[in-house]
Amino acid sequence: MLNYALSRATQFALSLIFASVVVFALMSLLPGNAAQVALGTNATPEAVAALEAQYGLDRPPVIRYFDWVLGMLGGDFGTSYVTGAEITPVIVSSVQVTAILVIAAIALSVVIAVPLGTFAALEQRNWIGVTISAASQIGIAIPNFLAAIILVIVFSLTLGWFPSQGWMAPIEGFGGFLLRLVLPVVSLALVQAAILTRYVRSAVLDVMREDFIRTARAKGLTRTKALFVHGLRNAAIPVITVAGVQLATLLVGAVIIEQIFVLPGIGSELVRAVANRDLVAVQGIVMVLVLLVLIINLVVDILVPVIDPRIRSAA
Amino acid sequence: MPENLLEVRNLTITPAGAETPVLHDVSLSLASGERVGLIGESGSGKSLTAQSVMGLLPEELHAQGQVSLAGHDGNLLDADERTMAALRSDIVSMVFQEPMSALNPLMRIGDQIAEVLRIHGKVPRTQIPARVLALLSDVHMPDPDSARYAFPHQMSGGQRQRVMLAIALANSPRLLICDEPTTALDVTVQRRMLDLIAERVAAVHAGMLFITHDLAVVAGVCDRVIVMYRGRIVETGPVDRIFSAPEHEYTRGLLASSDLEATDDHGRLFTLKTALAYTGPRMPTAEGGEGRALAPDDERRDPSPAQRTGSLRAARGGGADGAREKEDRAAPVRDSAPLIEVSDVSRVFRARGMFGRRRSAVTALGGIDFTVAAGERLGIVGESGSGKSTLLNILSGLDRPTTGRVRVGDIRVEAASARALRALRENLQIVFQDPFASLDPRMRVADIVAEPLIAAGVGQDERLSRVEEMLDAVDLDAKSLRRYPHQFSGGQRQRISIARALVNRPQILVADEPVSALDVSVRAQVLNLLTDLVDEYALTLLFVSHDLGVVKHLCSEVIVMKDGAIVESGATDDIYANPQEEYTRRLIAATPSLAEALAAGGRVESGI
Repeated sequence: MLNYALSRATQFALSLIFASVVVFALMSLLPGNAAQVALGTNATPEAVAALEAQYGLDRPPVIRYFDWVLGMLGGDFGTSYVTGAEITPVIVSSVQVTAILVIAAIALSVVIAVPLGTFAALEQRNWIGVTISAASQIGIAIPNFLAAIILVIVFSLTLGWFPSQGWMAPIEGFGGFLLRLVLPVVSLALVQAAILTRYVRSAVLDVMREDFIRTARAKGLTRTKALFVHGLRNAAIPVITVAGVQLATLLVGAVIIEQIFVLPGIGSELVRAVANRDLVAVQGIVMVLVLLVLIINLVVDILVPVIDPRIRSAA
Repeated sequence: MPENLLEVRNLTITPAGAETPVLHDVSLSLASGERVGLIGESGSGKSLTAQSVMGLLPEELHAQGQVSLAGHDGNLLDADERTMAALRSDIVSMVFQEPMSALNPLMRIGDQIAEVLRIHGKVPRTQIPARVLALLSDVHMPDPDSARYAFPHQMSGGQRQRVMLAIALANSPRLLICDEPTTALDVTVQRRMLDLIAERVAAVHAGMLFITHDLAVVAGVCDRVIVMYRGRIVETGPVDRIFSAPEHEYTRGLLASSDLEATDDHGRLFTLKTALAYTGPRMPTAEGGEGRALAPDDERRDPSPAQRTGSLRAARGGGADGAREKEDRAAPVRDSAPLIEVSDVSRVFRARGMFGRRRSAVTALGGIDFTVAAGERLGIVGESGSGKSTLLNILSGLDRPTTGRVRVGDIRVEAASARALRALRENLQIVFQDPFASLDPRMRVADIVAEPLIAAGVGQDERLSRVEEMLDAVDLDAKSLRRYPHQFSGGQRQRISIARALVNRPQILVADEPVSALDVSVRAQVLNLLTDLVDEYALTLLFVSHDLGVVKHLCSEVIVMKDGAIVESGATDDIYANPQEEYTRRLIAATPSLAEALAAGGRVESGI
């Protein structure tokens, strides 16, 4: 198991290094460099060269790469050529916003999907099970921005329960923070919960057909108890994998919701950086996203053998 | 209260939405402490009967009738899940067929045994750990103390089945239902498991309902037998009566087709159709000669070689019967170079760590040597893990040996190019074990059978005619061409597999446990078909099996394998009559035989 964790951690580090090389190469290969962008199309070549020297863009790519990577390792993502501002504080604050949003959304969707999917599997022949199934199918078809707009119209504009947009950091006021979080989290979670419900339902249905559930019943457990004692942990394995993928997708996928609710998340920052041709910011944000996705995968990879001894001993 | 332990009255089971029941009007009873065998083929309804008693019927099946169990008032079929759960394992327990999947893979063995004690609360909580240990010792688990902390995947099939038995008997139920508990196990393990079941059932004074398709197994462990066929009970009676004087035609057929030692006039196994001529299991008599236990209906047939001249063989253009031909045909080609030559083949599987670091190595084959002459019928026998399948994969070019050389015809298999492998596959074809998994469910039979021809570049018109011809040869009608695999039974699917293997006229047919997933009566038919085709196409046969009876019937030469090495090899008759190695002796002794089981019970007077 320790070997396995070490090997996964090494894979994680190698992937991260590989990604940094690719990101850097792509950004360097793009035509038009930062100095040109900053000075506009009318700038003289001399002025561009002077600015390049000032930014250090005239140094060899290898040097610039290590400069960038070592800076990031020290927590410094560099300075924007476009705004002249430090990038690190922007990334730190926007990652916090997105992380809170996305983790809350996935947690809510798990809380909704596990009982609902389990129930839908147990009652698969009853109208309740069929209703849950149909509802989750419809839920998948609703794009999250539509859910967001409907939620805003109903709960913000009509009922006035929640603000329709904006962000407040927890330290500025926890009540205000929670109030502003509700609608974006719910609109993200609804669709994810619908998807996850279907996975939970099919995982539970698969597990209920397993021989060891029959053994559990033969031991004297009722069908439902057998599912709770023996089934759910087995069903958790595929569900965890799917939830990990969902979490990773949402990191960037939340960008539309961030825009609708005017949240300063990392998706919004990425969009802004791309629109401004702020290459240093784009590089930094993409690297942070890669890092987060890799961390999620690492956690899932380590969680599955913790649950499943078969994978543990194969590992 | 002189009532029976189990009483089933007019049990009828109908699938939801269907008109015709799958179980018709089944009535049976089981006295306290009685051991009853429930025999039948797949689909006969024997498992459904057991599931009704346990309250474990799938939801989509509706049961009518009356099932009563001593210790519970009223009809079990009307009981709710909670009531049934309380009865299960307390009064009636069950051991299932598939030990590999019957235990929760995420839970330690000790916890799984402890759970059944906790549920019923018969043992004080503080004593549960000690009781778990005692139960594991009772089923003769090696090192019961550390077994408690093992996960199921760390145990062999036999060990898992011991755990299942420990769980089933933990609360000393009055009735134990065994649903094919040894079918998935190796023969030597099966024998020990059967002894263990008999021992433990006697120790806790339980009654037993033993479900199986294997008549030899029933004869060994049961007092009384119930025979089921297509959802009905066709016959019931004491073991010796059923096996010596079966009244129902089906029972006789089952008996005949499960006896691999008996052949009909044409040297073929008996099937349900030809069972009338069957004269019962060959019994060793007091004088040391051989007699037959079953009195024939009218005339006694003496299966002497002279009388066995086959009309079928004659019709197909052959002359001698199968048994004699084995020797006839093999002899003249012995002198020439062997068709298959395997020298010093080993195969080591390495699990690789990160950066190619070697972590562990498993030697699946360690230095195998043998040759096969053209026309020979070679049986390869061994238990699971003996390396049989690895050897087959290497022979057929699906895997490469770590060291050693393999020659098939003039092809060097271990170093073969893609083109040479294609040539090899035109000459060597395989029939796989599982007829349900080895056919692509989305392809029509015509396309499945034609596939080797497409690979060989045969034109479309000729393909069709050869496919039709081949289907005819395996006794499937032309209507089958347009159908999909799921529309066929297991035996029919195996016929399709055989047709696919033989359609481009290979010289060599490799069969990997082709009948182990089939019912007894179907097994006889498929084996007969194989024998016919091997004769007709003059095939060289490599037949892998764990079933020594099947190999003995079919093969002229045999190789016995254990732990990746050849333990013993030679002419089949010699090896069986006079095994030199301890392992071979154990293997032969463990193979359940009808005659032996009956003789051991002293239940049958030998035939005249």
